[in-house]
Amino acid sequence: MKGRIRSITGATVSVELPGLQLNERVLVGENQLAGEVVRLETDHAVVQVFEDTLGLAMHEPVSASRSALAVQLGPGLLGRVFDGLQRSLADLQAQAGPWIDKGLRASGLSVQRDWVLTPLKQPGELLAAGEPFGSLAEGHLCHLVSSPVAGRIARLSAGRFRLDQPVGALTDGTPLLAWHPWPVRQPRPCRRKLTPTQPLVTGQRCLDFLFPLLKGGVAIVPGGFGTGKTVLEQAIAKFADVDVVVYVGCGERGNEMAGLLSEFAELEDAAGRPLMERTILVANTSNMPVVARESSIFTALSMAEYYRDMGLDVLFLADSISRWAEALREISASLEELPGEEGYPTYLASRLAGFIERAGVVETLAGTPGSLSMVLAVSPPGADFSEPVTQACLRVAGAFYLLDTALAQRRHFPAINWAQSFSLYDEPALEYFTQTVHPRWAELRQHCRQLLLEEEALRDVAEVVGKEGLQDRDRLLMQCSEQIRRDFLCQNSFTEDAFCPPSRTATLIEEQLNFYRTGLQRLQDGEPLETILKGPADATGSA
Amino acid sequence: MRLAAHSYRTLAAIRGPLIFVDQVFAARIGEQVSILAPDGRRFSGEVLKIDRQQVLLQVYGETAGLSLDQTCITFEDSVKRVPVSLDCLGRIYSGSFEPIDDRPEVVAEHWPAVSGAPMNPLARHYPRELIETGLSAIDGLNTLVKGQKLPIFSCAGLPAGQLVARILQHARAPGGGPFVVVFAALGLTHNEYEFFRATLADLETQFVAIINLANEAAVERLLAPRCALTVAEYLAFVHGYDVLVVVADMLNYCDALREVATAREELPGRRGYPGYLYSDLASLYERAGRLRDRPGSVTMLPLLTMPDDDITHPVPDLTGYITEGQLVLSRELHQRGIFPPIDVLPSLSRLMQHGIGTGRTRADHRQLADRLYRTYAKGRELRRLAAVVGQEGLLEEDRRLLRLAERIEQEYIHQGSDRRSITATLDLIGKLLQVSRESTG
Repeated sequence: MKGRIRSITGATVSVELPGLQLNERVLVGENQLAGEVVRLETDHAVVQVFEDTLGLAMHEPVSASRSALAVQLGPGLLGRVFDGLQRSLADLQAQAGPWIDKGLRASGLSVQRDWVLTPLKQPGELLAAGEPFGSLAEGHLCHLVSSPVAGRIARLSAGRFRLDQPVGALTDGTPLLAWHPWPVRQPRPCRRKLTPTQPLVTGQRCLDFLFPLLKGGVAIVPGGFGTGKTVLEQAIAKFADVDVVVYVGCGERGNEMAGLLSEFAELEDAAGRPLMERTILVANTSNMPVVARESSIFTALSMAEYYRDMGLDVLFLADSISRWAEALREISASLEELPGEEGYPTYLASRLAGFIERAGVVETLAGTPGSLSMVLAVSPPGADFSEPVTQACLRVAGAFYLLDTALAQRRHFPAINWAQSFSLYDEPALEYFTQTVHPRWAELRQHCRQLLLEEEALRDVAEVVGKEGLQDRDRLLMQCSEQIRRDFLCQNSFTEDAFCPPSRTATLIEEQLNFYRTGLQRLQDGEPLETILKGPADATGSA
Repeated sequence: MRLAAHSYRTLAAIRGPLIFVDQVFAARIGEQVSILAPDGRRFSGEVLKIDRQQVLLQVYGETAGLSLDQTCITFEDSVKRVPVSLDCLGRIYSGSFEPIDDRPEVVAEHWPAVSGAPMNPLARHYPRELIETGLSAIDGLNTLVKGQKLPIFSCAGLPAGQLVARILQHARAPGGGPFVVVFAALGLTHNEYEFFRATLADLETQFVAIINLANEAAVERLLAPRCALTVAEYLAFVHGYDVLVVVADMLNYCDALREVATAREELPGRRGYPGYLYSDLASLYERAGRLRDRPGSVTMLPLLTMPDDDITHPVPDLTGYITEGQLVLSRELHQRGIFPPIDVLPSLSRLMQHGIGTGRTRADHRQLADRLYRTYAKGRELRRLAAVVGQEGLLEEDRRLLRLAERIEQEYIHQGSDRRSITATLDLIGKLLQVSRESTG
């Protein structure tokens, strides 16, 4: 079916093509730019185009595709880098060189690669939708192959194949493929949702110890510019104890993506395997088209859910969700919708909740548990956390890691504000760490928090009377808490300290708190403060 | 491709910098048009929007004097392109890339489109080598790296123009490689224009200048930085130059964007700026970078005046989210006679740590910079304290730090019109820190 372009404003194109469906994918113009139908009227449809519309002319042809915007899910996604439409950036580079031209096409999956299928089902058996019928090795992971169609298996062949060949067929003649398309805006089904209980170890002391995250949980990381959102996100992406990491650079810097790419290519994960082997990157830099930025989150999320459905622990990181919300706002404005708060569409909160709720621990259709956790960076304008995106995220997120501009300016990184951040996943995480890592974990944490809070109050006093005016025990407290801030909460992401296992975290904080405790004792015994402060080495020696 | 350019006299409305034309039967988004005014003036414009037969144009010139029935509009069937060649070096252009130095138009080697295309992140080469600006406050503590975009946040009344001139004069690629500055001036007053003409005339470095004056059409300011970046990309990625693009002042660009947005009756966002300000700025700044498979680099150093000295104003705020750090100028330093008045505490170059150290600057660069930063930060904090409790209330050790902070400002940050090489800068840090150690000892 062919139609014609009627009007063009930015990325919004209205077309005359009867019979279109809402959210259908269409090809627009001579260059066949990808677009999605967002509104239907009696005599025309409104299409959002995912590519730059510069040069698009009136009356150019438009063709329908009869399918929704979808991603291709199958083996071979790991280790690759995609744009917001799941086009492989390496393929785009091979076709067009260093710049991304208009109307290029590249597939998400590669048909060049050989795979070896081990069937999990026999001919004659019934196959439910989403049930795995075979497995294959993708890197070190066991990749379960499933099909969204149900039926009785007629034949299924083991052994070497490529993705463009069917590996079997159902009795009704439907070929069984090792990959399938999935509409990105539709959550992938599961049997039921479970409650998260296992901690997700990030290797960041401040997070693991004070504000733990659970597998299946959602954390948001809001911070003004220069507070280290990206560095923190990337550190978590490198070291988190999960099977698969999906990282979306949504509307961020190109150089940052380049840095991430070259760094990930060289690094190894905790098990000594190349980091890229467990990673999928989706890059929509800030100068790529806005509409593709909106869809990039969903593209990435569908791939993350796909690996979750194999019973794996998946971590989804987005940097930054504010750019996604702004893309939504731009699209909404170009559709001339009535704006809500700060110009964002009124459906911002529900759209956001809809996608954040795709996180969680699930019982997959195959009956195994799998988890999808999220860490989402938020970039509030002017570092003002009362803005709509931060607030909408707060309503659905379970952990809140506030990055503080004042801390960042003092070069305290990660600049997580310990007074205002929180985690609703405290209890199961504390229980886990207390049982498996250190028997006094919960107690140490309580002490540490108290010390930091007391320091906060003392600092106000010290501002007025000066440090000299404080009592000795208060000066000791301030000194100890400064050490905790400097040696425990600060963590340099560019040195070997970048990953700190929970056992070491516990040892470090225990040392610090012991120093404070024995210091207090020695003060009581009449030792002068100056000798006590000479160093933790002395203190542990005498203790 | 149309067989002939076609012209219309069917203007429906003229609204500020915008023209509506009716009964158009072929037009494309971004297409160039040429507009013939009743008095014979000719200027260019661009298609912004197509609504059935009606086309909305943005005009790069003054619309005063146009009329609905006497104006002729010709559609040229091409997006905006500029003629570039190596002969562009040393030339001065207007905002829409017409030569204004009384020399003939260059013979084009290429006609690239000014809009550019996004760089494939896989093709990018991570920035790792410095560009020496000759200013200690930048080179030592906030090093600028090839392929980086690092804005200067200024306040009204500070000598930002002089700072820009100094950078134009002093910036070099390390090792003296092929280096060009591309200077785009947006909304220059007559005085500033004279000043920069004189600066350019004496410039030893190769340059291309694009100049839009304060009394010229504001809309042209939307075009000028794009032309500058297009020339820069050509010089960098076709001929392998390291190109430093200096744009002053980006606030004028953003205000022009706001002017067009409101004329189009778009819903205004914060402070009246359009909701797409972030994407639009990113489409400029993200053109900075390096490529894996070829030499050359585009580095951007845009100047931005913060309205009301407010860093949370939407323009500096969004800029900070796109760029890789910022250099912040301080009113207080300027009042104390320090030039360049760069406040190194809130300034930050995010890419610095990959551009310095062994093989790039010197092995001890990071260590020296960190120590100087810490010492100075502490000194500044003490200065605040001293204002409350008085110098007498401080310990001797603290008074020493106070004096050192003063010396850092007077001897390190302040350098007047001298150029300091990176080695001289690092030696100076070493000397200052040495002094501090001796007086402690």
